[in-house]
Amino acid sequence: MSDRSMTTETYTKLFGANRRMVDQGSCSVMNNLREEALASLSRSGLPDASLEEYLHTDVAKWFEPDWGMNLNRLELPVSLKSGFRCSVPNLSTALYYLADDRFVPSADVALPEGVVAGGLCDVARSMPGVAERYYGQIADMKRPGIAALNTLFAQDGFMVYVPEGLTVDKPLQLISLLQSPVDMMVTRRLLVVLGRGASLKLLLCDHASDRHSYLTTQVTEVFAGEGARLDMYDLEETGPNVNRVSELFLKQESDSMVNMLTMTLNNGRTRNSCHAYLAGRGSALNLDGIAIANGSQHIDNYTFVDHQVPDCQSSELFKYVLGECATGAFAGKVLVRPDSQRTVSHQTNRNICLTRSARMFTQPQLEIYADDVKCSHGATVGQLDERALFYMRQRGIPEEEARTLLMTAFAGEVLDRVTLGPLQQRLRHLVERRFRFGNNICDDCHICNR
Amino acid sequence: MNMLKIENLHAKIGGKEILKGISLEVNAGEVHAIMGPNGSGKSTLSNVLVGHPEYEVTDGSVCFKGRDLLTLSPEERSHEGLFLSFQYPVEIPGVSMTNFMRAAVNARRKALGQEPLSAAGFLKLVKEKRELVSLDARFMSRSVNEGFSGGEKKRNEIFQMAMLEPSLSILDETDSGLDIDALRIVAEGVNRLKSAETSVIVITHYQRLLDYIKPDVVHVLYDGRIIRTDGPELALELEKRGYDWVIREFEDSLQ
Repeated sequence: MSDRSMTTETYTKLFGANRRMVDQGSCSVMNNLREEALASLSRSGLPDASLEEYLHTDVAKWFEPDWGMNLNRLELPVSLKSGFRCSVPNLSTALYYLADDRFVPSADVALPEGVVAGGLCDVARSMPGVAERYYGQIADMKRPGIAALNTLFAQDGFMVYVPEGLTVDKPLQLISLLQSPVDMMVTRRLLVVLGRGASLKLLLCDHASDRHSYLTTQVTEVFAGEGARLDMYDLEETGPNVNRVSELFLKQESDSMVNMLTMTLNNGRTRNSCHAYLAGRGSALNLDGIAIANGSQHIDNYTFVDHQVPDCQSSELFKYVLGECATGAFAGKVLVRPDSQRTVSHQTNRNICLTRSARMFTQPQLEIYADDVKCSHGATVGQLDERALFYMRQRGIPEEEARTLLMTAFAGEVLDRVTLGPLQQRLRHLVERRFRFGNNICDDCHICNR
Repeated sequence: MNMLKIENLHAKIGGKEILKGISLEVNAGEVHAIMGPNGSGKSTLSNVLVGHPEYEVTDGSVCFKGRDLLTLSPEERSHEGLFLSFQYPVEIPGVSMTNFMRAAVNARRKALGQEPLSAAGFLKLVKEKRELVSLDARFMSRSVNEGFSGGEKKRNEIFQMAMLEPSLSILDETDSGLDIDALRIVAEGVNRLKSAETSVIVITHYQRLLDYIKPDVVHVLYDGRIIRTDGPELALELEKRGYDWVIREFEDSLQ
């Protein structure tokens, strides 16, 4: 028996032994899919480096340690308000918290009538029809990944529902904090549903206490209805002891517009996958990423953009800056199906390795089965421009500062695409601070200074 | 007052010796022209003086305002008041002129023990210096040199010189690629920055720029050495007769 199937079996057995506990701590919408999830996981197993998609990130290995899970929903102490300040302040947002895998009710936020946001199970109980219609519908448990395992164990998470025609002006911010006082595996589930013509800005911030090790799996399903508009920003600022596996599934109906940005500013080992299905004519997706790593940090972004129908546009821009012994991987697959004429798809991945020991693996992958399309891709790996560095130093700018300016400018091209002005400024500041102070950026975070 | 004193300077790049014993003195308030045929070492000299990491000094000394220049980092040389107007100014996508200039000005002020400039003070300074070389306000929000025309790039060099108020400016072929109007603007900018306390080294192939920036001393650099030093009339003679006769006279003198 391979290591992988042994690891997988550990988790299927664990589920078998604790099935009632899992169900009791959750809700029927989530429980309804566990049988299917169990079958999928038993069949496909956890993804390891023998799969091409996981060549550079052996995710199955991360599951080998005997992680604890909080299946009986022990109320671990939470000290969010006093103990934690997210580093994206000065931005007026409707704020929500997940402590580990538990939704923490906060003060009521005034949202437009009909818009619902909160704990997944709470929302599922208050409006069962909606959660049932969407939960688990596009998270593909058959393909290699962690969707099956996540669906098997997830007991709660976060859900937003914006009904037809409604616009939420104030950005929603979900702070997910890994804070359990013991090492833990955390299973989170997110569901975002935008009805026809609805509009939402959503900011996800991942943080962690640096006292313990964590493994998180997060599956996010996003539905953008006809003509809907979603701006979504997924920011990871965790720490060296965090392993994160995130899988995002996105389905876009006709004329919908989605801007998605994934930023990894600080982490341990991260694998992000994004599966985008452009299912309605005229839909458009901007899928961007910034990855900054040093030490032995590892960041792997996998994207799959599926042009299922004609007249859709997708644009990807991913940039990495890797220092010391960091490793990065990017694989971007674009599929243009036979009838998807007039598809416009561009993919760019640019990377800087600051040292000889930093490693970047990049793999564009285009499969085009229609003939009237505009598709391009490009990938580069390079170093900082020595001529520019010297020019700046001649003007008196110290070398470190010159490097910071050049790296910030490099990443800045991605941030230029952030449409939310104050957030763009804030993210720029975070990126600059990351380059200036490395990953010791927890100065104003009380978790580390307790 | 002695500004710069170069003695027996030898330097190489990639194992090849380019400077083969240069000696040169520049006093405060003086303008020196360094002329010479292609490949004689003019740009190497300017690169060595500002501390370009690719060049290796193998012998000799350089004293700048009483300090041993060769022990200083490029940024320290800049803070001491050394400025190079690059022959090929570098494009820096994504770094705005404003951020670039603010970083440069404040780094220098910090090195001199001064407080950073206030936002208003910085803007006022920019406006004043911009007008010196006829650059409009929009250019401060553009990325450094990105998409600038040849003339704009050179005017930008002189603008930066004005902002940083160096004691010694080296203009490396600042006239190359300039039309006659841009040349005049650049030269006027340099002349207005001149004072009894500052010096300029003009590196050029042609007399043209020297019609506008009048040198006190003219040197001819050839094969890594200064083979002749004279007054401003030398530049005119070189323009008329070329370099061959100077080189011949020098080679004859060696025999």
